[in-house]
Amino acid sequence: MDKKATREAYGKALVDIGKKDELVVALDADLSGSTKSSEFKKAYPHRFFNMGIAESNMVDVAAGMALSGLKPYASSFAVFVTGRAFEPVRQSICYPNLHVVLCGSHSGISVGEDGGSHQAIVDIALMRSLPNMKVIVPADYNETYLAVVASLDMEGPVYIRTSRAKSPIFTDDTTFKLGKAKVVKEGKDATVVACGMMTYIALEASELLRKDGIEIEVINSPSIKPLDEETIYNSAKKTNRVFSIEEHSVIGGLGGAISEFLSEHYPVFIHKIGMDDVFGESGTKDDLFCKYGFTKEAIAKRIKDKLNG
Amino acid sequence: MEDFKNLEEKAKKIRRNVLIMLNKSGSGHSGGSLSIVDILVSLYFGGIMNYDAKNPNWEDRDRLVLSKGHACPALYATLAEAGYFDEELLWTLRKLGSPLQGHPDSKKLPGIEASTGSLGNGISQAVGMALAAKVLKKRYKVFCIVGDGEMQEGLVYEALMAAGHYKLSNLIVIVDNNGLQIDGQCSDVMNIYPLKEKFESFNFRTYEISGHVYKNLIDTLTTAKRNVISPTAIIARTVKGMGVSFMANRVEYHGVVPSDEELKKALEELK
Repeated sequence: MDKKATREAYGKALVDIGKKDELVVALDADLSGSTKSSEFKKAYPHRFFNMGIAESNMVDVAAGMALSGLKPYASSFAVFVTGRAFEPVRQSICYPNLHVVLCGSHSGISVGEDGGSHQAIVDIALMRSLPNMKVIVPADYNETYLAVVASLDMEGPVYIRTSRAKSPIFTDDTTFKLGKAKVVKEGKDATVVACGMMTYIALEASELLRKDGIEIEVINSPSIKPLDEETIYNSAKKTNRVFSIEEHSVIGGLGGAISEFLSEHYPVFIHKIGMDDVFGESGTKDDLFCKYGFTKEAIAKRIKDKLNG
Repeated sequence: MEDFKNLEEKAKKIRRNVLIMLNKSGSGHSGGSLSIVDILVSLYFGGIMNYDAKNPNWEDRDRLVLSKGHACPALYATLAEAGYFDEELLWTLRKLGSPLQGHPDSKKLPGIEASTGSLGNGISQAVGMALAAKVLKKRYKVFCIVGDGEMQEGLVYEALMAAGHYKLSNLIVIVDNNGLQIDGQCSDVMNIYPLKEKFESFNFRTYEISGHVYKNLIDTLTTAKRNVISPTAIIARTVKGMGVSFMANRVEYHGVVPSDEELKKALEELK
């Protein structure tokens, strides 16, 4: 299976929407080569703005551009664009509900060697808590491309989370719909809702579990806010056991969103798999996935133990 | 000078309205609102800004971003005087459902260009507007009023660096240099000086003038509009609480509104 990093799709999609719409501008904070906004710079140098290592100002400048009729896309590492720049994101973009698209690359622990200081594990929680903000965590290159293209026509602020590491390209959709999740594998024993590169790993884990006679339903939920409540509700009703998997803290992310929704509308067994309220550290992506339980084997075992326990 | 007389009368009326608004709302920022009135009057009525109050979204309009958003009563009163909305609306300041929010909300009130109040964010948004003009090939100017206390926010320097880097000659930053902030004198709380050298080091053309003398304000703003080389900074020396004897230079009135009695006295002074 073909593998590519989702950040690559951000760069490609940005160029394509830049071609379609002359009002699209891109901003970066000295990480354009990493976030891949450098692709846009190559194509449209006069519509690309390097704001230097100053993420807060970058976000405010994007707000000022949106107020002037442009369609700004601002990118940096997820940890910076959502963390360092949180206040401008809140005050200048979300509060006035401006159409600014933020892209946070290098999310989760798959960043690897840069270590815990650079691994965004609370970015979904931060962005999800802000009124007006939409939060999208695409599962692969294809879905990221479609989400970035679709974001051009969304209203208000949007946060798109991408990854540094390559991951399998397995989705075959041709459009991205905000607020839609998709059952990528049907099952009856448990529901697993995942996002980002964890969706494919959840699918792999489901194959391992099938050998043990456990049939899990896997839902790919790239739209964390708004959440596809209907799809999640229907699946929870069918299986009565729900797991969430994300490369993010178990507090406030996809698992948090699902818990908040189901606890009100269909209280059911929920188990959240993610970073267990701890920071990451340096290491290869594979070593970190082993240590923090993000391999298909670890996930299959955890689900099996919970279902049997 | 007939023109200035006219501006002085407008400034008096705006100051009166500011005080009535604050008295009616029961909360808000008196001192810093009064200190920027002459700057606003110069911009809106001194022939500096191009705007159309009946078409507030006119795309070629000049923009004013009030980065020190807490001084919005002065801006609201100025916008009403310029015809953006009915004066009656002023008396709803800070009340539930009013478009005159405690800090400016661009979604709610015509003439408000940016939602500001969290200090530092306004000037950065102004930089974005000025950059956008270059992309869109527009000739509009962006004026931005920052507080001197606001110069303590690190974000301001990120904005100044970007403005200098991109040679935003369409950006004119005006510092309301009244020397006071809530906790006391700026130089005591966290020294902001020297100011002129700070702006110059970020490649701004910088002027230091009185923020209450119309000739100085209008001449300098006119010169700033003609600058095609660099962004401009105007450090306007002002008096916090200007126009009301018992509020002038009194830090106590930063976030305190006039009582009924004080209002009566102040309105008498501003006749």
